[in-house]
Amino acid sequence: MDFLRRARGERFRPVEQQALEQLPDDVWHKCLGCRELLYEKDFEANLHVCPRCGHHHRLTVSQRIESLADPGTFAETDHELRSLDPLGFTIRDRRYLDRLREAEESAGVPEAVVSGTASLDGRPISLAVMVMEYLGGAVGSVAGEKITRTVERACDEQRALIIVSQSGGMRMHEGLFSLMQMAKSSAALARLERAHLPYISIIADQTYGGATASWVALGDIIIAEPGARVGFSGPRVLQAIKIRLPEETQKAEFMLQHGMVDLIIPRPQLRATVSALLRHLTSHCSARKAAPAPKRRRITVRSTEARE
Amino acid sequence: MNRHVTELEFERGLADIRTALERLEKAEAKGGPDVVAQANKVRASYDQALTEIYRDLTPWQRVLISRHPQRPRFLDYVATLFPDFIELHGDRHFGDDGAIVGGLATFADRSVMLVGEQKGRSTKENITRNFGMPHPEGYRKAERLMRTAGKFDLPIISFIDTSGASALQDDEARGVSWAIAECLKTQANLHVPIIAVVISEGMSGGAIAIAMGNRVLMLEHAVYSVIAPEACASQLWRDVSAAPEAAAAMQVSASQLLQLGLIDRVIPEPIGGAHRDPEVAAQYVQAALREEFSLLANEGLDWTTHRYEHYRHLGRMELLMDGSQTTGNGRH
Ligand SMILES: [Zn+2]
Repeated sequence: MDFLRRARGERFRPVEQQALEQLPDDVWHKCLGCRELLYEKDFEANLHVCPRCGHHHRLTVSQRIESLADPGTFAETDHELRSLDPLGFTIRDRRYLDRLREAEESAGVPEAVVSGTASLDGRPISLAVMVMEYLGGAVGSVAGEKITRTVERACDEQRALIIVSQSGGMRMHEGLFSLMQMAKSSAALARLERAHLPYISIIADQTYGGATASWVALGDIIIAEPGARVGFSGPRVLQAIKIRLPEETQKAEFMLQHGMVDLIIPRPQLRATVSALLRHLTSHCSARKAAPAPKRRRITVRSTEARE
Repeated sequence: MNRHVTELEFERGLADIRTALERLEKAEAKGGPDVVAQANKVRASYDQALTEIYRDLTPWQRVLISRHPQRPRFLDYVATLFPDFIELHGDRHFGDDGAIVGGLATFADRSVMLVGEQKGRSTKENITRNFGMPHPEGYRKAERLMRTAGKFDLPIISFIDTSGASALQDDEARGVSWAIAECLKTQANLHVPIIAVVISEGMSGGAIAIAMGNRVLMLEHAVYSVIAPEACASQLWRDVSAAPEAAAAMQVSASQLLQLGLIDRVIPEPIGGAHRDPEVAAQYVQAALREEFSLLANEGLDWTTHRYEHYRHLGRMELLMDGSQTTGNGRH
């Protein structure tokens, strides 16, 4: 599992700096699905999918972006947004602000969402990727803001929207501010809908809670990766309210069977599928005008001096 | 005021006074003026003790009040404030959820659409109401009623009272997350005004699902939270008994949320909480709604944009100004 450990320590870098050739090919990985030993190189080339059993291991955020965007086109946005601690939240002497610092340290990115613009087979996209390594992908003010801005950027710049979600739920440390991100992002998606711009929602393992019950579920087309865990209440919430669901319930395959997702697509085919879908969805309305943007008021962002 | 309600754990001091009062009140009818005077004195000391207790409540105590079994429910407010209510049933897909009730009524001489979460009082009622935990079809009913309201230009008033949406296997199979998300998107699109009132407990996604108001009101002792304090405690403290700490840390009470700019108005409750005087509580709700309706009379407003602006600005964050590039592939 040292690829996971390395993923955690890894800084978010452009694709070019991650040349696969630099990796030693004598590193082996044990598949979490079938326990087969796999060559690092093969494992990377197959986007962390086991060639033997098809188990989908987690991708780093840069690998995820690389797997979807045209090479060299991704330009990160809103990287400078940082969480505050609006409630002065501490858990038995551990301050939320310290948790944030630790999370940035271990995840290598400063938030649970990385967003930007890119192109996919030449089509302009607005892209957000969630980061499970950052506080379990829990959504607070900044994650919600980045998702919302990603949607608005799609509206304003006539881009297709792609969000790759994985989230443990809402971030409790920011209380109701976190819950409000569901309303905020849904309102932005309603605007995107009025603008007739396509939104492909991609569910990666594991996606729970507020993310599921807002932007994940509001895709024009919803694609899940094979075996991805997805549902409303996460396992720890269910444990707290003493509910045990059969293991197969909160799974991509269950959701497909019950009509909640459009497709389950193995990762190596994901990019081509998304591209084909976007081609269809934009084939007739490319000349359509976006819905008029509501008057923008100043965003409640507090500018601060440089931090250490 | 009804002094004969079940006392909560932090009201234990009242039990003795209440027992004494109950004895005196039995004698009061037949007794002389001294018994009446004595009863009045005990009533006064009960009221004083109650005022003391309610002067400074912790967020957790408010959680307990919001869940009090005798606390007025959505349909109690409907009976008092909307006597001509016509309930409309079903989600037109699967069923009719008892945990969400909706329909048409008149308020301040205007037709309105009401949508509310409904807990039961008896065990039997709680089975049909699923303890106020809506199934997906409840949210789909709310969503289609809100769309109907939009079609016919009717303002919407929603009442929130839930410990959360139902989260069992059948709810997943019928897409509880999807139903909640559609509710949110529909509210975002509506051009009619929405007033949301959190009357008791508003827990998590199951609450916000119908609470996307242009104005969000809360009763004084209601709570509104991203997650139930028990679930928060078990996740962050690994200990359900830390729920009071979790409630305090998440700042779930109405006055705190008003201060944080997350809600727009706190509706006062009678001393001792709405459950001790449901009629007065209903009057306060009515007065607040009347005032809100006079604001809504401003017909020129674009409620869709108003709502967008309202939610667009919710969130606290900072912009790092360290001179590094703001585009490209990050700073590292
Ligand atoms: Zn395998």
